[in-house]
Amino acid sequence: MNEDDVVAKPLRHPWRWISGVLVVGVLALFIYSLWSSPSVDHGIIVQYLFNPQILNGAVLTVVITVVSMLIATILAVILAVMKLSPNPLLKLVASAFIGFFRGTPLLLQIVFWGYLGIIYPTLTLGIPFTNIVFIHGQTSALVPSLAAGIIALALNEAAYSAEIVRAGILSVDGGQMEAASSLGMRGGYTLRRIILPQAMRVIIPPMGNEFISMLKNTALLEVVAVLELYTQATMISAQNLAQVELLVVAGFWYLVMTTVLSIPQRQLEKKYGRGFNVATARNRMFGFGKKKVSA
Amino acid sequence: MSQLMVDARSVRKSFGSNEVLKGISLSVEQGQVLVLLGPSGSGKSTFLRCINHLETINGGRIYVDGDLMGYRQAGDVLHEMKPAAIAAQRRHIGMVFQRFNLFPHLTAIENVIEAPIGVNKENAKDAKKRGMALLERVGLGDKFDHYPSQLSGGQQQRVAIARALAMEPKLMLFDEPTSALDPELVGEVLGVMRDLAKDGMTMIVVTHEMGFAREVADTVVFMDQGLVVEAGSPAEVLDNPQHERTKAFINSVL
Repeated sequence: MNEDDVVAKPLRHPWRWISGVLVVGVLALFIYSLWSSPSVDHGIIVQYLFNPQILNGAVLTVVITVVSMLIATILAVILAVMKLSPNPLLKLVASAFIGFFRGTPLLLQIVFWGYLGIIYPTLTLGIPFTNIVFIHGQTSALVPSLAAGIIALALNEAAYSAEIVRAGILSVDGGQMEAASSLGMRGGYTLRRIILPQAMRVIIPPMGNEFISMLKNTALLEVVAVLELYTQATMISAQNLAQVELLVVAGFWYLVMTTVLSIPQRQLEKKYGRGFNVATARNRMFGFGKKKVSA
Repeated sequence: MSQLMVDARSVRKSFGSNEVLKGISLSVEQGQVLVLLGPSGSGKSTFLRCINHLETINGGRIYVDGDLMGYRQAGDVLHEMKPAAIAAQRRHIGMVFQRFNLFPHLTAIENVIEAPIGVNKENAKDAKKRGMALLERVGLGDKFDHYPSQLSGGQQQRVAIARALAMEPKLMLFDEPTSALDPELVGEVLGVMRDLAKDGMTMIVVTHEMGFAREVADTVVFMDQGLVVEAGSPAEVLDNPQHERTKAFINSVL
C-alpha cells in the first residue's frame, strides 16, 4: 500500500434509501387492499392455483408461444431478406405481406383463420388442371382450431419480426459484405455465417419483447376455443362465477411464464455478443461495473 | 516477358454522371509489385475494386491471369456472369481493406479459416494447421484466439492479410492498408507486405507510403482525375517525375 493510494469514503446516496422505503410501502398497501377486499375469496385462488385444468392450459400456452415464435422467426428472416433484395417482385411481395398483417387487428386475423372452414368448407392440395391430389378433406379436420390459432399468431408476428430482422441486417457494417465477397463467399453463405450472427446482437433484445407479447397474445385464442390458460380460466369461472379469483390465478401463471422465459434471452445475448465489447461500452456509459472484455 | 497477371485495358467507370475512371490501361506481370499513387478522388481505390469486380465497370476490359473479370465473352457479345461464377473468380484474388473488415464475431484463427473451410471445402484440421502457420508468418501465432476487438489496428490488419493469404491467391490487392493505423503501427504491416513481395506475390498496392513504394515497387503508377498521368520504375516516377501534377503531388506528400 502506497502513501498516495486513494482511500476515500464512498459518496452517500440517501435518496435511494428514502425512495426505496416509499416504493415498498406503496406496494405493501396495494397488496393489502387487494387481499382484504371482501369480494375476493382467497380460498378459491389457492384452490385453483394448481388445478390440473389450469396447469394444462399453461402448458398449452407455452407450446403455442414457442411453436408460433419459431415459425414467425423463420418467416421473418425470409421476409427481411426479400425486402432487402434487389429483386423488385420479392420486395413488393414482402412489403405487401408486412403491410397486410400489420395493418389489420390480430383479433380479426385469429377469427378469420378460425372461420376458415366457413369460407372454404373443403381444402384440396394438388396440381391445378390435373387429377393429381395430395391432400383433400374437411377444412375443420385439416385445420383444427389449434392450428388456426398458431397460423394466425405466427403470420402476424412474422410481419413485425421481419422489420426487426431487417434492422439487424442493416446494422452490420457494409465492409463485412465486401470482405466476404472478396474471399469468394456467396450471398447465402455470407448471410448465414457473417451477417446474421452479427445482426443477432441487434435482433435479440426486441425479439425478447416480441416473445413476451406473443405469450400474452395467446389469450386471444379464447375466441376460437383453443384450450390455453385464459380459456381454461374463463371456462372455470363461467361455472363457479369466481371471475376475479380466476383472473388472479391466470395472471399469476402468465407472470411466472414471462419471467422464466426471459432467462434464455440473457444466454443468447451473451452467445452473440462474443467478440463485441458490449459490457465495456455499456459500463462506460452508465459508469458502473468492472471493465471487462467479453469473449 | 513473363505472363501478365493483371491486364487492364482502357477501363472506364462512372457513378451516375460522375466519371471516376476515364480509361485506365495498365498491366502487372506475375511476381511484380505495382504501387498506385495519387491524390484522394483520383480513382485509384475504385480501380482496385474494379479488378476483383466489387465494382462493375462501364467500359474496357480487365483480365486477371488471362480470365476476363465479371463477364463472359461470346464472339462480340458480353454476358454478365452469374454471382457464383464471379465468386469463383474472386477466390484467387486476395484483398486487404483500409478498415481491415475482419469478422468481429470470429477469433483471429476463425477469421483465417472461415473461407478455406466454407468456400473451398477444405477439411477443418488442415485448414487450421495452415491458418496457424499463416498467423505465425504475420507474427501473430500467439494471438490466434483473440477477437479483433482485442487486437491493435496493426495486428488486425496483419490478421486480414493472413485471412486473404489463406485462400492461396495468385494476386493480392491492398487498398490503403496503413491509412487507418496509428503511425507507430504502420511499420509492422509494411514489413509483412515487404516479405510477401520478396516471396514473389503479385501485388497491387494503393498507398501513400513513399518509402515502401521506393523500396518494394517494380512499377509506380501516378493517377489523377481518373487517368494514368505517369508510370515507370520508382526511380523514374518518384525521383524524376516528368509531369507537373506528379511533381506537385510528390512534393506535397514528402
